[in-house]
Amino acid sequence: MAIQHHHVLSRRFITSVLAAAVMGASAQAIAQSADQSDDPIKVGILHSLSGTMAISETVLKDTVEMLIEQQNDAGGLLGRQLEAVVVDPASNWPLFAERARELLAQEEVDVIFGNWTSVSRKAVLPVVEELNGLLFYPVQYEGEESSGNVFYTGAAPNQQAIPAVEYLINEVGIERFALIGTDYVYPRTTNRILEAFLKDEHGIEQEDIMVNYTPFGHSDWQNIVSEIRRFGEEGKPTAVISTINGDANVPFYTELSNQGIDAADIPVIAFSVGEQELTGIDTGPLVGHLAAWNYFMSVDSDDNYDFIDAWIDYTGDEEAVTNDPMEAHYIGFNMWAEAVRKAGTTDVDSVKDAIIGVTVPNLSGGYAAMMPNHHITKPVLIGEIQDNGQFDIVWQTPSTVAGDAWSDYLPGSRDLIADWRKPMECGNFNVVNGSCGGSTAAEEAEAALAE
Amino acid sequence: MRRFLSLALLCCLLLGFTLTAQAQTEAATSPPNDTAALALLDALDVDSYRDKGEAITAILQSDDERARDWLQALLDGRLQRADDGQFVVVLDNSGREWPVADALTNEPLGEMSRRDLNRVGINNALRNQLRSAIAVVDLYSPNLERRRTSAARLLGEVDSELVEPINELILEEDDSQVRTRLSQAVAIYHAEQGEMAGVEALTGSLHPRARVALSRAANGDDPVVADAARAALVSVEQNLKINRGIETLYFGLSLGSVLVLAAIGLAITFGVMGVINMAHGELMMLGAYTTWMMQQLLPGQPGLALVLSIPAGFLVAALVGVAIERSVIQFLKGRPLETLLATFGISLILQQLVRTGISPLNRTVITPEWMSGSLVINDALSLTINRMVVLAFALVVFAGLMLIMRRTRLGLEVRAVTQNRAMARSMGIRATRVDILTFALGSGVAGLAGVALSQLTNVGPNLGQNYIIDSFMVVVFGGVGNLWGTLVAGLSLGVINQVLEPWAGAVLAKIIVLVFIILFIQKRPRGLFPQKGRAAEG
Repeated sequence: MAIQHHHVLSRRFITSVLAAAVMGASAQAIAQSADQSDDPIKVGILHSLSGTMAISETVLKDTVEMLIEQQNDAGGLLGRQLEAVVVDPASNWPLFAERARELLAQEEVDVIFGNWTSVSRKAVLPVVEELNGLLFYPVQYEGEESSGNVFYTGAAPNQQAIPAVEYLINEVGIERFALIGTDYVYPRTTNRILEAFLKDEHGIEQEDIMVNYTPFGHSDWQNIVSEIRRFGEEGKPTAVISTINGDANVPFYTELSNQGIDAADIPVIAFSVGEQELTGIDTGPLVGHLAAWNYFMSVDSDDNYDFIDAWIDYTGDEEAVTNDPMEAHYIGFNMWAEAVRKAGTTDVDSVKDAIIGVTVPNLSGGYAAMMPNHHITKPVLIGEIQDNGQFDIVWQTPSTVAGDAWSDYLPGSRDLIADWRKPMECGNFNVVNGSCGGSTAAEEAEAALAE
Repeated sequence: MRRFLSLALLCCLLLGFTLTAQAQTEAATSPPNDTAALALLDALDVDSYRDKGEAITAILQSDDERARDWLQALLDGRLQRADDGQFVVVLDNSGREWPVADALTNEPLGEMSRRDLNRVGINNALRNQLRSAIAVVDLYSPNLERRRTSAARLLGEVDSELVEPINELILEEDDSQVRTRLSQAVAIYHAEQGEMAGVEALTGSLHPRARVALSRAANGDDPVVADAARAALVSVEQNLKINRGIETLYFGLSLGSVLVLAAIGLAITFGVMGVINMAHGELMMLGAYTTWMMQQLLPGQPGLALVLSIPAGFLVAALVGVAIERSVIQFLKGRPLETLLATFGISLILQQLVRTGISPLNRTVITPEWMSGSLVINDALSLTINRMVVLAFALVVFAGLMLIMRRTRLGLEVRAVTQNRAMARSMGIRATRVDILTFALGSGVAGLAGVALSQLTNVGPNLGQNYIIDSFMVVVFGGVGNLWGTLVAGLSLGVINQVLEPWAGAVLAKIIVLVFIILFIQKRPRGLFPQKGRAAEG
């Protein structure tokens, strides 16, 4: 039924797209002059405000709205005001594509900030490519993707997962790894990369790696935690690498502490647990468990304190917390604004060209630069959970790390590079046979939604 | 770490570190070496964790009688530095103003704002070092609890230098538990060295460290010892298998008890009354939010709040249930499809009300002290206490419902009305009143389930959604209209799920259970325990 629905809708949209295309030539000609007008610049926000992902995504909508408000207070952009266009894809992956189409075709927004889960991003990919939109994606993800229309301001695996594992091996002396994740594309791809990395680079045996997947919102962790406990009792220092998403984390950590697994015995390093997620947990028993991010609210920098103050003022909540994807939106928004200023227009193709190489301050006292592969440079931080729900930064990379779209540890992927500068303009250029694979957005979306 | 441990212990012994006596002496009079003590603490307030580790060793080696208190405070994150450079120990870190005491003199200094205090931070490596350090000091403590914890920590941490001092301690020790632990610790050392005595002493021990030591001995050079170790391992494995079986059964019963709790209210409204109430999950959610609300009203007393939430959660959910029944369901009597759609709409409304009224984010419900942790049966088996409480709670709720249905006037009337409404009315039973009370009862029980779930899972707007399918599944599988069926179905589905999970994985286990139920319902459409009598035929 959903597919039929989709067809009916898309036919209507195709009509409007065709209409737009007919007017395209003339519209293009007057685009420059239209920019000078007083029409506000439209910023689309594509975050779930209901359903399971609302817990994480609602604050990102608020963040973009706050950034827009700040930009408008500072005089807008190109002398025009910004206007937010908010839609609710309701944690429903196919609906993300419909809403993205609505934003681009009907509302004609100049840029979209949105998505959290990888499957929702995959669903949106063909739409933003077809309608030539701009999408800023703020969440750490599994890599293996680079679209000309998407800018990945969250971490690629080499900016989060790989350094985190290096930290565990080199600084903590871990020899045994339990890879525990929610059953969808991000954990599966990340764990595939990590397994290859552990075996090839560090000579870890198969018997010292345990992999386990659970459904979304899994709440009964008794068996798995007990399995982890036994896995850790074999005499080698053991750690858990958790790609558990969203709600399922709370019962997982509760079960860990109830079964007496302490961070000093078996530390858990999480890639999806930030300050926001910890607001639903009594963190007393979790002290010492780890998280790897590119930003923590506890980062000691003036820009960060300004951002936190602004956020508390904006939300009116003294206890409001900030987190890594919020920083990613902060960076992405400023990069986009800078590129628009540089290009002198909000025209998508001009902004796409102008944004590569744009450098803006991040919140940890350094700078983030947009790379030709549409990923950015980020520092990697490891934090330990404190009893006040914050992270204490215990380690960080000496300098920023550039995001790598294609992992160096997966066969097939290690030969690919992405470079969106002219003349290459390719997201998956194979350096061995010297050819560009071209966009596979449609197939990827289909595969992701089929799961 | 082992090196560090033995070094520290030797230091203690060589210096004649008689902490036993000294720990008890209150530092009431200001000791003469305050400058030295301040320097020791000062060394902790550095950025590098390595330097902090050395500072901890220095504190341990100084024969300052406050050393243990400092280390414990550091481990708990209570050793803090005020803005004026004074070191203080935080006595209670709830709220914004914290009562503190001077770290050097132990004198209370009144309350300080958390903004003016800077915690001396530690990481996992230091946490381990501190625990070992405290364990060494505590081995000589007059406090029995401390000696027990300390001895348990020494398993697998003993090396050649520690064997002699520990053997001496064993002779002096009065408490049998500490003696056993210490002997085990020494035996593990001997077994790892490939000595027969160690292997013999460890036979039958379920402790994971002992197992590691035995498997090392089994791979040793001496064939006699290796054989003995292998034989010991076989018996240990056998024993572990039994323990694992008990554990899985417990996991299954505990998951089952959650299913029973979630489904039992539905067994009343759907099973007995025949109302398909899709908002059942949201009534559970309201019960969970009531718990959260009670904890907000009674800050600092999570246990009392939880106990009071039981009647409060029941009342809130029952009242909302009555409202739903009066406003919607009564007008849709005998029209199941419309009831289903209308109550589904109500469930969405309730979710969104909570989302906009309270927050889309999950709320923190605190688990009281007496419900956290686990009950240790032996070295390989411990049962989590929160699950045990929920299991008992589910059984109590079930027994209560059975009593109401079987032994009270209301129960009799409910059964009469559901079996033959017209006849019951002609006998003078007010059917409408019975409808309201029954629905209130079923809804209230959903609220109770919510109170229990708040201790196991997220309290958020989606809580109900996650359980509604499972609830219907249990009721249908158990046999509509039969409370015993719900109990048996819930518990057995829980056990089946947990037995399948280790080898099929959580995702597949869930699918297998669903497929099993579909097939079962095909074969026996009326569930495990079909309702007898003509009333149920239609």
